[in-house]
Amino acid sequence: MLKIDALTKSFGQKVAVDNVTFDVDKPMMIGIIGRSGAGKSTLLRIMNRMDNATSGSITFGNVDVTGATGAVKRQWQSRCAMIFQQFNLVPRMDVVSNVLHGTLNRRSTLATMFNLYPQDEIHKAIEILGRLGIAEHAPKRADALSGGQQQRVAIARALMQDPEIILADEPIASLDPMNAQVVMDALRRIHEEDGRMVIANLHTLDTARRYCDRVIGMRDGQVVFDGAPELLTTDAARDIYGAGADFSEEATSTQIETLDQAGSLELLSA
Amino acid sequence: MSDATHTGSNSTEFIQHSYLALVRRRRTYGGLTLAIFVLLMVSGFMIADDRNAGGFWSGWHQVLDFPKDVFSEAWEKRAELPASLAKYFPSLIETINIAVASTLIGALFGLVLSLLSTRGLARWPRAIPLFRRLMDILRAIPEIVVALVLIFVLGGGPIPAMIAIALHTAGALGKMFSEVAENSDLKPVDGLRSTGATWAQSMMLGVLPQVAPNFLSYALLRFEINIRASAILGFVGAGGIGAELSRAMAWGPGRFDEAAAIFLLLFGTIVFFDQVSSRYRNKLTEG
Ligand SMILES: Nc1ncnc2c1ncn2[C@@H]1O[C@H](COP(=O)(O)OP(=O)(O)OP(=O)(O)O)[C@@H](O)[C@H]1O
Ligand SMILES: [Mg+2]
Repeated sequence: MLKIDALTKSFGQKVAVDNVTFDVDKPMMIGIIGRSGAGKSTLLRIMNRMDNATSGSITFGNVDVTGATGAVKRQWQSRCAMIFQQFNLVPRMDVVSNVLHGTLNRRSTLATMFNLYPQDEIHKAIEILGRLGIAEHAPKRADALSGGQQQRVAIARALMQDPEIILADEPIASLDPMNAQVVMDALRRIHEEDGRMVIANLHTLDTARRYCDRVIGMRDGQVVFDGAPELLTTDAARDIYGAGADFSEEATSTQIETLDQAGSLELLSA
Repeated sequence: MSDATHTGSNSTEFIQHSYLALVRRRRTYGGLTLAIFVLLMVSGFMIADDRNAGGFWSGWHQVLDFPKDVFSEAWEKRAELPASLAKYFPSLIETINIAVASTLIGALFGLVLSLLSTRGLARWPRAIPLFRRLMDILRAIPEIVVALVLIFVLGGGPIPAMIAIALHTAGALGKMFSEVAENSDLKPVDGLRSTGATWAQSMMLGVLPQVAPNFLSYALLRFEINIRASAILGFVGAGGIGAELSRAMAWGPGRFDEAAAIFLLLFGTIVFFDQVSSRYRNKLTEG
């Protein structure tokens, strides 16, 4: 289905993504872990084609999207939505407009200029917001929302694209533990209910363990682990994070730990 | 212990010394710069005075003669002033029209040029130097030169003036816009681009809302400047109130009252738009 082959990206001398190869045969939820600078963000940005690879290829279905340009590239981007750590919404615009930005690929520049969105798409945007539990914020400005709410608006924008793949670059890294869980639950639900592939960069090991069907570990641009989360032993993690014998998993998991102390799914279901 | 404090005070002394030396050096440079500046001013003035046929010193008291003539004649015929004001009002509107049109067109081009030449936003990053140089050139050529060339080619009238001012405005505003755009937040742009939006769409939705208040404020400032430019270009055949003024003045005594009326119109207009635009600009940058 999705095939990444020998993907490499260098910035001058620095090789940020080094010969990354993996294959995904059916929609699943994949977590990419690795310490800061391992190349996780770069990998996702190349997959979405916001950055260009130095070499290697990305194939989806039977289509090679590595070298696509112009409308073909934008078509691919609309099928492979992206979620960012800092939400990357347009702060001065209202929530619904931000969600509708997910349809820009189908809109002409002129229609965009006059803010002409068809009524059924506006309805659909609000439905998606409802699904994510934030419909009541629809008319507010995006920057009036909390971080967790903004991230859910970003997920709504991604869903508005009706994508086959959702790429999430550290979607919970700037959220408090409660909101982090709400957002991760939403991503998991999207995968299970809609059958979309989700690939998320994650800082913490236990988030990857808890939510993902498969974990890819990166170190210095290379894939050093690829397998089921159960196989992710402390030794394997030590290898990914490049830590010495003093490595402890807690070092990578401050967030979820506090979450467990705070204790609960009940708190968050509201 | 005492050793450590000793070396400590020693190094403090050293820093004091070297800092004072630095200050002295800076002052010397400052003094030198000032001296060179004064020298250049004096020599430049002397050269200008030499070249000036009449000589500045012999002619400067006549500077006041012209306004005096205009004033006295206007005062004698003050009863006709309202009629003159009404007579020249249409050409004032023409001058303002030229300024409005050229500011709008110039700002639009400046906007596109600025986005094309801002790192991080540019449509073709490799062409950034090209668009920057283009703006430099547009800015460097005075409006009056372009206007004269165009009037020579196209003949007189408001169109050459409009094109000339619009070109200059595009260069000037493009540079200012680009500086504002450079500081804009790229996160929304990345977000929009990731959805498969076109460059134009991402700029329109991601950048424009951020920079609009600053851009408008600069454009208003430019509009003030362009009213003056448009009046001046009238002198060289671009029509409007400048043309009327040049006609009235060339006529010499006898129509000085009309020249005075035109001066009044121009002065009033400029003050009016200065006030309006500064009020709006304050609002824009505060809100
Ligand atoms: N535009 C760029 N120019 C130069 N070097 C870059 C650029 N983007 C990333 N890099 C380098 O590539 C490497 C990988 O960066 P990347 O952002 O992909 O890491 P990451 O795994 O996402 O880290 P983090 O967890 O901190 O987000 C880093 O060493 C970084 O300095
Ligand atoms: Mg990153």
